[in-house]
Amino acid sequence: MTKKLERPMIKVEGLTKRFTLHQHGGARIGVFGGLDLEVKKGECVVLAGASGMGKSTLIRCVYGNYLTSGGSVKILHDGAEVDLAGATPQTILDIRRRTMGYVSQFLRVIPRVSTLQLVMEPLLENGVSAEEAEARARAMLASLKLPEAHWSLPPATFSGGEQQRVNIARSFVREYPILLLDEPTASLDAANRGIVVDLIKAALAKGSAMIGIFHDESVREAAATRFFEIESYKTAA
Amino acid sequence: MTTQAPPLLRVNRVSKWFGEIVGCRNVSFDLHPGEILGVVGESGSGKTTLLRCLSGKLEPTSGGAEFLSKRHGPVDIFQLGEQDRRRLQREEWGFVHQNPRDGLRMRVSGGANVAEPLMSLGGRHYGQMRRATTDWLERVELDISRVDHKPRNFSGGMQQRIQIARNLIHQPRLVFMDEPTGGLDVSVQARLLDLLRELVRDLQLSAIIVTHDMGVARLMADRLLVMKNGDVVETGLTDQVLDDAQHPYTQLLVSSVLQL
Repeated sequence: MTKKLERPMIKVEGLTKRFTLHQHGGARIGVFGGLDLEVKKGECVVLAGASGMGKSTLIRCVYGNYLTSGGSVKILHDGAEVDLAGATPQTILDIRRRTMGYVSQFLRVIPRVSTLQLVMEPLLENGVSAEEAEARARAMLASLKLPEAHWSLPPATFSGGEQQRVNIARSFVREYPILLLDEPTASLDAANRGIVVDLIKAALAKGSAMIGIFHDESVREAAATRFFEIESYKTAA
Repeated sequence: MTTQAPPLLRVNRVSKWFGEIVGCRNVSFDLHPGEILGVVGESGSGKTTLLRCLSGKLEPTSGGAEFLSKRHGPVDIFQLGEQDRRRLQREEWGFVHQNPRDGLRMRVSGGANVAEPLMSLGGRHYGQMRRATTDWLERVELDISRVDHKPRNFSGGMQQRIQIARNLIHQPRLVFMDEPTGGLDVSVQARLLDLLRELVRDLQLSAIIVTHDMGVARLMADRLLVMKNGDVVETGLTDQVLDDAQHPYTQLLVSSVLQL
């Protein structure tokens, strides 16, 4: 059993990513090459480096949103390592439903669905009863200090910071074994950033494995269990 | 979960030629239960030809498509006799046309249009059918008091809702949709898409949606098939195909979308 606990949740090996822009004469943009990274339970690896170094690209490769150009991204899913490079779309969707959540800066949701329903959705998808899902969603929205009057409304008209909190609520309510955080606190004020840091720490204590990008230095210092410098893997453009 | 279930539809090298002109060429894919597949590409790329072949409306030149039928078990839809194929279309499939006039009977009331599939499947209990019809009109957010109006007295968006109710009332397992929001205003389109999405998820339907609209594809589809000149040039998870397109044609399609 103890051996099992040592297995990384995320294992990136020799990962290379480049884009070929066919609209621009087939220009090839190299992002990084030969990148290795392991993330274990309870770890929050914060990606360091200036913008344009490929931090978001790495997170998107791990989520299966971007294809890899070389190497592998292995995710521990149902106790087995799955290499996203060879996985079927069905498997990747199953991993996203049950194992791996992703919080971006932007909320991309269906226009007419209420905030409460949006936060309940990831729980309902995983077979949690409607009653329990609603209770957990309410508790999560309350802890993020989103005014209760907003809960029955679709978030389309909310402010940037409010939308971002809905996004965070959707991902943290599920208690995913793996969480990928791409600037989840970008439009939040200091008090709300503090709340998110507490959520991150609570999830880590429960054994979540995380990769994060945080623009804000205080969040970065508070959330990170270690830093990962991406610049050394930068490939020549 | 979905990874274990056998595919509902297995499409194997389907081609359709119109004389010398290619409609679609060597298209293969699996569709799993509960999965929504988007087929995208510009007009003339072969998406509607493919949809018409797979839904049994058009005989392909070559290839096979095995459907996991409730009645027959796995059957190749192109090998079925005319009568069995029609029964399969009636019992286990739905087809939502871009133009509601192609999918509705314009001379009978909206309510009768919705109830008709139940009657043609042998429903005899008038009260039950009436209840199912009212229930479906409510689900597609139509005013019940207008149940006896003819389709031509409804707006385009409402006609499309009637068509959707007509195609889902018999609880099909697979629904084909050809530009289901194509001719509608954007505000009507958004509401209809929300509705379709909810229905498809609630009923655990599988669907194949043909669209040239990348926004519709992102909202509705789990997976995309990109077609150009009759060929499938790229496939993958919807967000991956849209955010990290590999084929020059897909990159062109994605980069041509206006950002709001």
